[in-house]
Amino acid sequence: MTRIRFQQSLDELKENLLVMAGLAEQAIQRAIEAYRVRDLSICDLVSRSENAINRMERDIDQSALDMLAMEQPMAIDLRFILSVIKINADLERVGDAAKSISDRVRNMEQMPVTELPVDIPRMATLAAEMVRKSLQSFIEGDTEVARAVLTMDDAVDAMNRAAYKALTKVMEEQSRIAPQALNALMICRALERVADHATNIAEDVIFWVQGADVRHHKSLAAQKENKSTG
Amino acid sequence: MGVGIEVINLNAWYGANHTLQDINLNIPANHATALIGPSGCGKSTFVRCLNRMHETNPIARVTGTVRIGDLDIYEDAKPVEIRRRVGMVFQRPNPFPTMSIYDNVASGLKLNGFRNRHALDEIVERSLKDSALWDEVKDDLKKKSGASLSGGQQQRLCIARALAVDPEVLLMDEPASALDPVSTSKIEDLIFQLKSQYTIVIVTHNMQQAARVAEKTGFFLNGRMVEFDSTHKIFTNPSDKRTEDYITGRFG
Repeated sequence: MTRIRFQQSLDELKENLLVMAGLAEQAIQRAIEAYRVRDLSICDLVSRSENAINRMERDIDQSALDMLAMEQPMAIDLRFILSVIKINADLERVGDAAKSISDRVRNMEQMPVTELPVDIPRMATLAAEMVRKSLQSFIEGDTEVARAVLTMDDAVDAMNRAAYKALTKVMEEQSRIAPQALNALMICRALERVADHATNIAEDVIFWVQGADVRHHKSLAAQKENKSTG
Repeated sequence: MGVGIEVINLNAWYGANHTLQDINLNIPANHATALIGPSGCGKSTFVRCLNRMHETNPIARVTGTVRIGDLDIYEDAKPVEIRRRVGMVFQRPNPFPTMSIYDNVASGLKLNGFRNRHALDEIVERSLKDSALWDEVKDDLKKKSGASLSGGQQQRLCIARALAVDPEVLLMDEPASALDPVSTSKIEDLIFQLKSQYTIVIVTHNMQQAARVAEKTGFFLNGRMVEFDSTHKIFTNPSDKRTEDYITGRFG
């Protein structure tokens, strides 16, 4: 009962998810590049890759579903397949976020260039780094790297809050450049979502490797603390 | 009602073969506990030690303590008394082929000298209802023999026979391995219902079955209990690498 075919199917599932991960990571990097150099041809590449990502999402889900139905996986194999299904959904949404950013870049391209009080490239670099590290943790099954990703999310959240504050102020005080500020705000929001998806991926890697559910750790701990003090 | 089972330093031999080594565990009352492991790992020997059936083999030997509730079965009780308190169901249904359905269920009580006809009727009906067979056989109780039933019905008849003597513990050694999926499902539903009244220990090779019916699961390997924990833990995140390798099919 060594289940060689099942092990091969697990390996194939992992390989397919890595291809999907490569596409999603490339899409977000391209979207960031499109913003940086204001190049609409790069936006076209992002749009095209979204279709490929969507197709892969369906194929990977189907393979995972087949394995759950046919193989009745247990323990680490069961956790792996569940993690793949969830990571697959997060990668697809990273692709959506990339498309959303490239749409905003297209929009901004039709407007005069203006200085805005927000460092989008810095935020993008951090979000992309989180995606890269979360995928590294998946490839290597490395929970140390995954936990490092979790700690990075706070910084991106803080940047998003600061951007919201600064850009809404621009919209209130300088209506002439409000459309540009709105686009920048939506790009920040998309980057913040990318960071959230990277965090989800890292949490799923920890669940797969260690069987530990670390989701909502802070909010649940705070809720517990409130109950005990209240 | 079921009682807990406490096993302390249990060792068993077949001749020179040391088939169970230093088994210690507490099986909770009124729960189903599954025992899994590869063929020859000792799980069937273990359940046969829980009702002193192991020692019926002349070359077999047992040391250690097994307490069924407050009864130390290797110190305080005779095997006949233990088998009344501990019912057993085997892999292949084994009804008495020439006996009627009624007599199959009543056989254990009659063997113990129980002769009250009215009470017997009630016990047979209750046992067949508890084993989810009553509706299928109530019109043929004394007309049909146990052997005339289907395999799944025969197994439920054997469960009814075990329940008729009002045991506290029900041991099941691969009770559904010879049955089709529908009959298997009925046996599993039955285990689920019975565990509120009895302590159930089930040996199974079907890990999905263990996951479905049991709250606790023990993994045996080479005569040793490698891991004993909640079924949820065993099947989602076992502590021992050997357990994980077995349930994920990496060896066995």
